[in-house]
Amino acid sequence: MTIFGISVVLLLSQLLLGLINGAFYAVLSLGLSVIFGTLGIINFAHGALFMMGAFIAWMLLEWLGIGYWPAIVLSPLIVGAFALVLEQVLIRRLYKLDHVYAFLLTFGVAMMIESLFQNAFGSAGKPYAVPPSLRGALDLDFMFLPYYRLWIVVASLVLCVVTWFAIERTSLGAKLRAATENAPIVQALGVNVPRMMTLTYAGGAVLAAIAGVLAAPIYSVSPHMGTDLVIVVFAVVVIGGMGSIKGSVIAGFGLGIIEGITRVVYPESSSTVIFLVMAIVLLVRPRGLFGRTS
Amino acid sequence: MSPITTPPVAGANDTRALIFAFALMLAGIVIAPFALYPVFLMKVMSFALFACGFNLLFGYAGIMSFGHAAFFGSGSYIAAWTVEALGFSPELALLAALVGGAAIGVVFGYIAIRRQGLYFAMVTLALAQLLYFACVQAPFTGGENGVHNAHRGAVFGLFSIESDLAAYAFVSIIFLAGFLLVARVVHSPFGQVLKATRDNEARALSLGYPVMRYKLIAFVLSSALAALAGGLKAIALGLATLTDVHFSTSGDVVLMTLLGGIGTLFGPVVGAVVASSMWEYLSRLGSWVTFIQGFIFVLCVLAFRRGIVGELAALFKTKL
Repeated sequence: MTIFGISVVLLLSQLLLGLINGAFYAVLSLGLSVIFGTLGIINFAHGALFMMGAFIAWMLLEWLGIGYWPAIVLSPLIVGAFALVLEQVLIRRLYKLDHVYAFLLTFGVAMMIESLFQNAFGSAGKPYAVPPSLRGALDLDFMFLPYYRLWIVVASLVLCVVTWFAIERTSLGAKLRAATENAPIVQALGVNVPRMMTLTYAGGAVLAAIAGVLAAPIYSVSPHMGTDLVIVVFAVVVIGGMGSIKGSVIAGFGLGIIEGITRVVYPESSSTVIFLVMAIVLLVRPRGLFGRTS
Repeated sequence: MSPITTPPVAGANDTRALIFAFALMLAGIVIAPFALYPVFLMKVMSFALFACGFNLLFGYAGIMSFGHAAFFGSGSYIAAWTVEALGFSPELALLAALVGGAAIGVVFGYIAIRRQGLYFAMVTLALAQLLYFACVQAPFTGGENGVHNAHRGAVFGLFSIESDLAAYAFVSIIFLAGFLLVARVVHSPFGQVLKATRDNEARALSLGYPVMRYKLIAFVLSSALAALAGGLKAIALGLATLTDVHFSTSGDVVLMTLLGGIGTLFGPVVGAVVASSMWEYLSRLGSWVTFIQGFIFVLCVLAFRRGIVGELAALFKTKL
């Protein structure tokens, strides 16, 4: 079956692939956006934290025989603890300065983390098997839908909903939003804003690490798996509008799908299409699709 | 908030210090080729010019671009390609690089100027990545292999710069011209407005300055200088590669400027010399170099924000 000379099966399989990439874009841009909203910094180390999530899951399996399901809890907790220390020891010192410095700090930290993993494990990708409980595929007559890919989409949607709920519907989230608007007043009302900032950074890191564990079985685990991804996610964040959860999710999935379609229609520009969309969005609507005016 | 603040008034002392520092740099350029490998020195000067161009934007206009490799890389490709495929002489190839870099700067600047602060950094980074992928696929860049065999040729078709020392003299002249241009821009009324915009954009705007236009001009100037530097590197080394457009090169130039001193005239030059020497010396460590680069980034940001020249200037209570 073809439409406009394009095989429908090919289109659908690329759409699915796009949806999966979009799931990662959504979760990562969500974390970036939450961190930016509260701390005012752009976390360049987000890609490195994503990579750490995947690598720690791999290490748990290879060294300790700990499987996928415990790892998807343990690995993000370890990365979250690391982020907690990172925020307390380094990032904290730069809040009073221009945010450019904190951005550059996270860039340097990302370089250090990636180099450490590269020296320890080499550049080659490490395979990570799909957990037995998610092997196999759903037969949809026209194509096979592997359960694991379905799981990625479902899991990332759940993550997005949980994050939305935590920020928009809980009292902690309300304080967080208030601190975004006016931190000194919130502090004066008795909320421990610095601790909230630490927890927010760690929370963003946990999101990135969960995405990393989700990615481990389908992308090979390598020290550089996060670097190029984080730049694409920056573009996604600019398109969606920083500080908007809805923007992150819609832009993440939408751009993943656009990328998938481009891979069928015009494969040459599949790696550039998101950046092109960003340029167009900036020209038409500089604050992003769902962003508030700053 | 601006990355740096410097005292506003330049006294006679400052002028003397600047002239002294310039004489020192000039002496260094004359003596260096007798002690060190000229090709390495030409690479250092290209990066120094690149950092000067970047610093014009970051240090004086307070605009953080994280995609300057796009201009350095395009300049490098344009120069190498025009020499190799069209048989341009070096000065024409550099002119082509300069014009090409400025043109890309207009487009990128026009898009990115709509966002401020860290958004600007993200947008320029993303646009640079777009150019990177375009370079990977474009037919004239040679993909992973890059453009090789770009012979240095003869300046104006008369003066051959095939020998390393002649090329060194040529690169030195272009570098000094670029450096003096930056110094002139910084001390011009235009430069004063840039600094005013950096320190308080709302006030500059309320005084009637078309801030956006000034920013865009600064961006284009900076990208043209970066492209000139890239072209210079391509002519000196005879090759252009994907590394020149890769975002790690954008990181390199930020690090050089930060290390040397943001918003100082000589900082980017000192930063380029120190950083290039360090990478050259440490290259035997292989992949650990990235770790050390990251570590220097962290160290500079946490404890050494004024950079080498900034610290010296503070020590002597002058501007450099």
